[in-house]
Amino acid sequence: MASITFVQPDGSRSSVEVAPGTTIMQAATAHGVQGIVAECGGNAMCATCHVYVDPLFLDRLQAATEDEDALLDGAAAPRQPGSRLGCQVAVTNALDGLVVTMPDCQV
Amino acid sequence: MASTLVQSRPNGNDGLPSLDVDAFSDAFLADPFPTHAMLRDAGAVVWLPRYGIWSVARHAEVSAALNDWSRFRSGSGVGLANFARETPWRTPSLVLERDPPEHTRARAVLQRILSPAAMKRLRATFMAAAETLVGEVLARGTIDAVPDLAEAFPLSVFPDALGIGREGREHILPFANVVFNAFGPDNHLRRSALAEAAPHIAWVAEQCERATTSGFGAEIHEAAKTGAIAQDEAPLLIRSLFSAGVDTTVNGLAAALHCLARSPAQWAALRADPSLARAAFEEAVRLESPVQTFFRTTVSDVEFAGTTIPAQSKLLMFLGAANRDPRRWDAPDDYVITRQTTGHVGFGAGIHMCVGQLIARLEGECLLAVLARAVETIEPAGPPVRRLNNTLRGLKSLPVRLTPARNATR
Repeated sequence: MASITFVQPDGSRSSVEVAPGTTIMQAATAHGVQGIVAECGGNAMCATCHVYVDPLFLDRLQAATEDEDALLDGAAAPRQPGSRLGCQVAVTNALDGLVVTMPDCQV
Repeated sequence: MASTLVQSRPNGNDGLPSLDVDAFSDAFLADPFPTHAMLRDAGAVVWLPRYGIWSVARHAEVSAALNDWSRFRSGSGVGLANFARETPWRTPSLVLERDPPEHTRARAVLQRILSPAAMKRLRATFMAAAETLVGEVLARGTIDAVPDLAEAFPLSVFPDALGIGREGREHILPFANVVFNAFGPDNHLRRSALAEAAPHIAWVAEQCERATTSGFGAEIHEAAKTGAIAQDEAPLLIRSLFSAGVDTTVNGLAAALHCLARSPAQWAALRADPSLARAAFEEAVRLESPVQTFFRTTVSDVEFAGTTIPAQSKLLMFLGAANRDPRRWDAPDDYVITRQTTGHVGFGAGIHMCVGQLIARLEGECLLAVLARAVETIEPAGPPVRRLNNTLRGLKSLPVRLTPARNATR
């Protein structure tokens, strides 16, 4: 299992334990974590599962595809260096302890 | 020799659940839900002898089939007809009725044009159009919410976004009605739709050829100039926006208005927090599933959910049944605007998932948000009338009475 900590815009934190292979989006929606909408259900089409990945973990992630990159440009909240789509990042054992911050809006 | 015998189960599938239902009869289309429950309960994969096809109605299998394009193909058509054996009634769609790699290229063009960034640019215009329309209908009080809101709103924003002229827009909805009826069997709905189709098809074809100066149409012609798609593919790709861009949204909006008029508590919740407008639209898409069904075709024998589906079989996916599957949803038949709807298949799923889903949601959000701020109550003012279609679940008429909000926060 790998742990993910979600930080809400107000600073409140919650952690969930998920099996490797679970995406950040799936982890949040399955555990009722607020702040992810995931309208398209994980098909990389809507940019409503936008998260800010803690910079400490960025170099351990696979690079965003061209599609994800374009979608992030259209995300509702400002794009930052740690911006990713939660549905495109699956946790691995190497990402255990991952910290992601929710943007203040998704639509 | 004419025969009324029901076909038996396909060879080697003696234990396969089978149901003798006509999923395209008027009675079924008017109220599919009791039969959906029978289909879900019969098994993970159910043989439908009436048309000699396979079907899935549970959320798990519908979702799995949608996400498995390599085994469940679209290139042989997403209606009952198998293009490997039957000539399609029209040139197949570049996206809907194609598989990778051809699908990927055309799809990418549409996805870029209909991206979240593009929606940001449209939002203010759509919101202003919703304000204007709601102001007009509110002055009348009792309206027919199908033509006056559900049709009027998309027709006031989508053709402009597409970049077409004002003449002839009355062809748009009848054209889509033909396309969606044509996915069904050779029944009275399909026959009468095709019999009246010629003028609508001709008008749409003319619009698709025309190089518009702005909007999605112009962007598609531009993509052809840069080589992203072939020059002669541009009109066909624009046709997809006519087929799938308006009627589906009309039915989604009508569904949402119907749900809200029937559910005073949900309307009150939306009134109290108009930021729920987008969720209220989404939940209506789940509950009513404007697109009820699509087919896939196997190209080789497929092991699926404990069944072997032979090559060249048609698989009917009941999206509407999956969206009310009690195995997946709590209180599936209830309209609850705060529900977590992620994973519903009202827009499909996988590589063919509705490419216009963002513009549909934007339209739903704008109209419902403006209504929530300007309208105190929305109540039924007469019985709704269904419009039967082989694929779409929609309404022809929805009489409602609107009461203006006392302190409208416009």
